[in-house]
Amino acid sequence: MSVSMKLKDTLLGPVINNNPIALQILGVCSALAVTTTLSAALVMCLALTAVTAFSNLSISLIRNQIPNSIRIIVQMTVIASLVILVDQILKALAYGVSKQLTVFVGLIITNCIVMGRAEAFAMKHGPVDSFFDGIGNGLGYSFILICLAVIRELFGSGTLLGYTILPTINNGGWYNPNGLLLLAPSAFFLIALIIWAIRSWKPNQVEEEVFKIAPNSRVHPAEEVA
Amino acid sequence: MVNKDSVKGTLLVALVLCLVCSVVISTAAVLLRPTQQANVELDIKRNVLMIGGLVTDPKASKATIEQTFSAVTTRYVDLRTGKFTDEKPLGGSGRAAAKISSASERLTSNEDIAKIIRRENISEVYLVEKNGTLEKVILPVRGYGLWGTLYGFLALKRDLNTVIGLGFYQQKETAGLGGEVDNPKWKAQWVGKKIYDAKGNVAVKLVKGGVNPASPEAKYEVDALSGATLTSNGVDNLLHFWLGSEGFGPFLKNLKAGEA
Amino acid sequence: MEHYISLIVRAIFIENMALAFFLGMCTFLAVSKKVETAIGLGIAVVVMLTITVPINSLIYNYLLKDGALAWAGYPNVDLSFLGLLSFIGVIAALVQILEMFLDRYVPALYNALGVFLPLITVNCAIMGGSLFMVEREYNFGESVAYGLGAGLGWALAIAALAGIRERMKYSDVPEGLKGLGITFITVGLMSLGFMSFIGIDI
Repeated sequence: MSVSMKLKDTLLGPVINNNPIALQILGVCSALAVTTTLSAALVMCLALTAVTAFSNLSISLIRNQIPNSIRIIVQMTVIASLVILVDQILKALAYGVSKQLTVFVGLIITNCIVMGRAEAFAMKHGPVDSFFDGIGNGLGYSFILICLAVIRELFGSGTLLGYTILPTINNGGWYNPNGLLLLAPSAFFLIALIIWAIRSWKPNQVEEEVFKIAPNSRVHPAEEVA
Repeated sequence: MVNKDSVKGTLLVALVLCLVCSVVISTAAVLLRPTQQANVELDIKRNVLMIGGLVTDPKASKATIEQTFSAVTTRYVDLRTGKFTDEKPLGGSGRAAAKISSASERLTSNEDIAKIIRRENISEVYLVEKNGTLEKVILPVRGYGLWGTLYGFLALKRDLNTVIGLGFYQQKETAGLGGEVDNPKWKAQWVGKKIYDAKGNVAVKLVKGGVNPASPEAKYEVDALSGATLTSNGVDNLLHFWLGSEGFGPFLKNLKAGEA
Repeated sequence: MEHYISLIVRAIFIENMALAFFLGMCTFLAVSKKVETAIGLGIAVVVMLTITVPINSLIYNYLLKDGALAWAGYPNVDLSFLGLLSFIGVIAALVQILEMFLDRYVPALYNALGVFLPLITVNCAIMGGSLFMVEREYNFGESVAYGLGAGLGWALAIAALAGIRERMKYSDVPEGLKGLGITFITVGLMSLGFMSFIGIDI
């Protein structure tokens, strides 16, 4: 496999084939709460991708110097510093959005994607590979987040990025917005549907059943009557 | 090179890492602080001006905001006496002072209709004057809605009885229902409403099912938000609190009489 | 007193960490296959939140907040940007200390919690608790109540989900929804159910 092919794989693999949210169950925590508006979701994606990429890069650079006993805390410190950096920059340059994201920027620290990639990939691979792995996983996360945010903002409030697409009744239009989409439960339903879609397309991702229903255990309709 | 897994190596790595990280973070924090503070201040000014009807474009540039805000004077009011004071609230704003026990008073459950628990002793107010006479007064208000506290401003005309605008700059109400407190159409209803009745009691209120324009009470009434009873009650309560005797009531009376 | 009780009730039912703010989702989904383990993890989270939120509240209010160092003669120092770093440090350190303490004095509980304790460091519910404490400007007493309530709420949610999942493994779920998919839908329905607590006020 050529080098560029390999890079492409590291970069694009996590988007569909090995999506951090849909398959690895990583980073769902802070993902859902910021998807009521597309602009907040975009900023969150950008912040997370940057943090994952740079934490992977810096951890991979110092991976041969990190003593095993304090490995986790070293990774934590690097990640926390990067997150603070992002938080400070957002407060200075994008104050409106940072007010909207509230605590969720800070929660990138405990986002399992960042930590998980640092531990599972950056500790074992070179800086360039790690950097692209970080971007790839960030993209996988962004893919789900943006899908959710587009659906939730468009059908929940009839706008995209704040611009009216479907004029709502309250503002004199015709669209009756689906309020449920703006509430917490809808994010869960939408993620379930996305997972369903991905797994129908790529059946190898379907999980094994814990408990197999034996073919004969169903009552035959005729017997039921009797 | 020391063995990285020895005690010495571990300490060394930890030390170097801490140093590097702290230098990076502190530099960023120090460099960005002025911009961040300017953002916070600009945000407050923008909200004051928007709700006071001095600026209509929500995306007005920084220069416009700063220039328009120069017509506004920030004064401080002692809520216990209802008079102006030169003392500034601890923590920078009334909202912050309410958290400090020496600068605020705990409200009894009868007084605390807006559910803010503590009320600051000193609050900021914004005055707009033209040629020495008072044009507008903008008061900070807050109170509990459904999900959390709504923070906003109420702007009054020179007669201290007619509303220029009511708006909230921070709220967590259900989007589409209670969140409609941000809807420009709903906010437009507030313009021109009267607050106090002839006896000086707070008469302004939100009514369910729409205001009947023929009723003599209509000048005090605004439609409640449909599907959001608790948010509407919250708005109603916070107005009654901040315009009542525990809030800005005494100050407005004094100001009217020219004794503030 | 009334105020604290109302804060706890709010934190458990209305502002439920898992179901209203989606915090601690990774562990919430991964460790909810069995009721016993779920309850074990739930208890660990309650303990950690009740300890870390007040400690972080003290650190924030007396060391980091703008003007907090006034007692040491530095009224103009604002270290609040260090908040994130110190919170995660406190959490990681406390997890370690708690682990050693339990191992030494309460081995039964240690064995029950065992695997879950280290997991808690990266549980966003713990970090979220501290961040919400800062954002909502809770004082010390409120932070104790909030930490306890938030922990109980999370524990309640994970125990309930584990109960449902234990029953659900016998049902015939469509191919692509098996496992994670149907769990998300279940959590969504639970979250919908918890919304009926809105507006309850004590």
